[in-house]
Amino acid sequence: MEKLKVLIVDDEPGIRSGIERILRNYTIGFPFLDEDFSYEMIEAATGEEALDIINKGHVDIILLDNKLPGIQGIEVLEEVNKMKLDAAVMMITSYASLDIAVKATNFGAFNFVPKPFTPQELKAAIESISKHLFLKRMTKRMNKEGKQIRFQFLSVLSHELKSPLNAIEGYLKIMQDKQVGDSIDDYMAMIDRSLIRIKGMRGLIMDLLDLTKLESGKKNRELKKIDLAEIARLAIHTIEPLAIQRNVKVHFDSDEDMIFTADTEEIEIIFNNLLSNAVKYNKENGEIHFNIKKKSTAIVIKVEDTGIGISEENLSRLFQEFTRIKTDKTRDISGSGLGLSIMKKLVVLYGGTVDVQSTPDIGTTFTVTLPL
Amino acid sequence: MSELKKLVLIVDDDQDYLEQMKLQVELFGFDTITASSRSEGEKMLSTTRPDLAIFDLMMETQDSGFVLAYKAKKMYPDMPVIIATAATAETGITFKVETEEDKNWIKADLYLEKGIRGDQLHREINKLLKI
Repeated sequence: MEKLKVLIVDDEPGIRSGIERILRNYTIGFPFLDEDFSYEMIEAATGEEALDIINKGHVDIILLDNKLPGIQGIEVLEEVNKMKLDAAVMMITSYASLDIAVKATNFGAFNFVPKPFTPQELKAAIESISKHLFLKRMTKRMNKEGKQIRFQFLSVLSHELKSPLNAIEGYLKIMQDKQVGDSIDDYMAMIDRSLIRIKGMRGLIMDLLDLTKLESGKKNRELKKIDLAEIARLAIHTIEPLAIQRNVKVHFDSDEDMIFTADTEEIEIIFNNLLSNAVKYNKENGEIHFNIKKKSTAIVIKVEDTGIGISEENLSRLFQEFTRIKTDKTRDISGSGLGLSIMKKLVVLYGGTVDVQSTPDIGTTFTVTLPL
Repeated sequence: MSELKKLVLIVDDDQDYLEQMKLQVELFGFDTITASSRSEGEKMLSTTRPDLAIFDLMMETQDSGFVLAYKAKKMYPDMPVIIATAATAETGITFKVETEEDKNWIKADLYLEKGIRGDQLHREINKLLKI
C-alpha cells in the first residue's frame, strides 16, 4: 500500500476534520497498479503554516483553500510553483472567481472542488489527482531511464565502431614501420584482416541505419500484398556465395501462394538475418532447412540449422542490442550484434513473435510467426 | 647460456588487437602466450605463471579485465598486471591506478590507453619488470 501525504490548508477546523474523516479510510486502486493508494493527512490553518510544512518535508497532494487569514491560497500556490515541487495542488474554494481560477490554473493547480462538497465529490477529485500524480511521476522516471539506456547504447556503439578502426590503424602502423619484413607479401595476412574489419564495420553501419529508421518510426513502410516465397528465394540467392564458401546446403520448402501484406524491404531484412545467422553459425558442410507454412491464423517461418547452437544461459541475452555470444566457436565469426535485435523489432511491427530453440553442437531453430 | 626470456600473457577478445600486441611484445624481446577471453585467461593462469600480464577491459562483460586482474593478483600477488582499454575516449570515464585506495579495488599496476606508442609501452613494461 502506498501512502500519499495530503496537506489540507484551510482556516476552518470543521472543513479540515471533515476532509480528514472522508479520506482516512479511503483507498483507491488502478488496474495498471499493483499497489493501492491510501492517504495520510497533515493540517495547516494558514498559508504560512502550509509553506512551513512543505519546506520541512515531502507532501504529495495539497488541498488549498484560497481565502486564508494571512497570505492567500493563490500566493501559496505561486510559492509551490516556484519550488517545482513534485506534488499536485487542488483548490478548494467557495468563491472562486474566474480571475482566481485562471491564475490558479496558470500556477499549476490541477483542479477545483467548490465548497461545500459531498464526500463523493471529494473522493472523485482525489482519485483523479492521484492518477495524475502517479502518471506524471511514471513519465518522469521513464524519461530518465530512457536517457540512461541511450547513453549505454551510445557508449557500446562507439566501442564497436572504434575497435575495427583501432585494429586497422594498428596494422597500418606495423606496415609503415615495416616491422615484419620488406616485402608486401609479409603483410598479406594483415591486409586480409583489415579488409575483414572494414567489411564488418560497413555491416554495422548498415544495421545501425536500419535500427535508427525503425526506432524513429520514420522508415517509409510500403505495405502491399507480397509473395513471401519469392522473397525467400531472393534471400537464399543473396546468401548463396557465403553458403558455398562454407559448403552449407540450403533446403527450401514453401506452400504455393504465400501472399502476405507487408513491406518488402522489411521482410527481406528478416529473412536475410535468419539465413545469414544460419550460415555463419553453422558447421562446415552443414545444412539449413528453411520452411514457410501457412496456418489458419498465421504464417510460420522456420529456419533450422545444424550449427554450433546456443547455450541456455546465452539464449536469454540473444535479442539484446550489441549482444554477441562470445565463445571459442564464435570468435572468428563477424557480426554487428544488432541483427537479431533489428529482426525482432520488425517482427513485432507485424504483431508477430520470434522463438528460438537450440541445442549446443546440434543446431538452432528460429521460428517467426506472423499473424494473418 | 643466454638469460631466459620473460613471459607475457596477453588477453584480449579482439583477435587483431591481440595479434598486434603479441607482435609488439615479441619485438621487445619477450615470449608471449595469449588468450581471447576472461575464462581462457583464467585457465592459462591456473597452469602458468607469466612474468607480466596485459588484459583488455571489456571482454565477455564490460568489466572482465577487472575481474581477471583481481583473480590473477589473488594467485600471483607479485605479478605485474596492465589493463589496456579504449574505454576513456568512449565513456569519458578515466581510470588511474595511483592512490592506495584505487589499488585496493583495481587490482592492476597500470592502466593503459589502447593505441599507446610502442616505445612508451616498452618503457612501461620494463619499469614493471624492473629491467
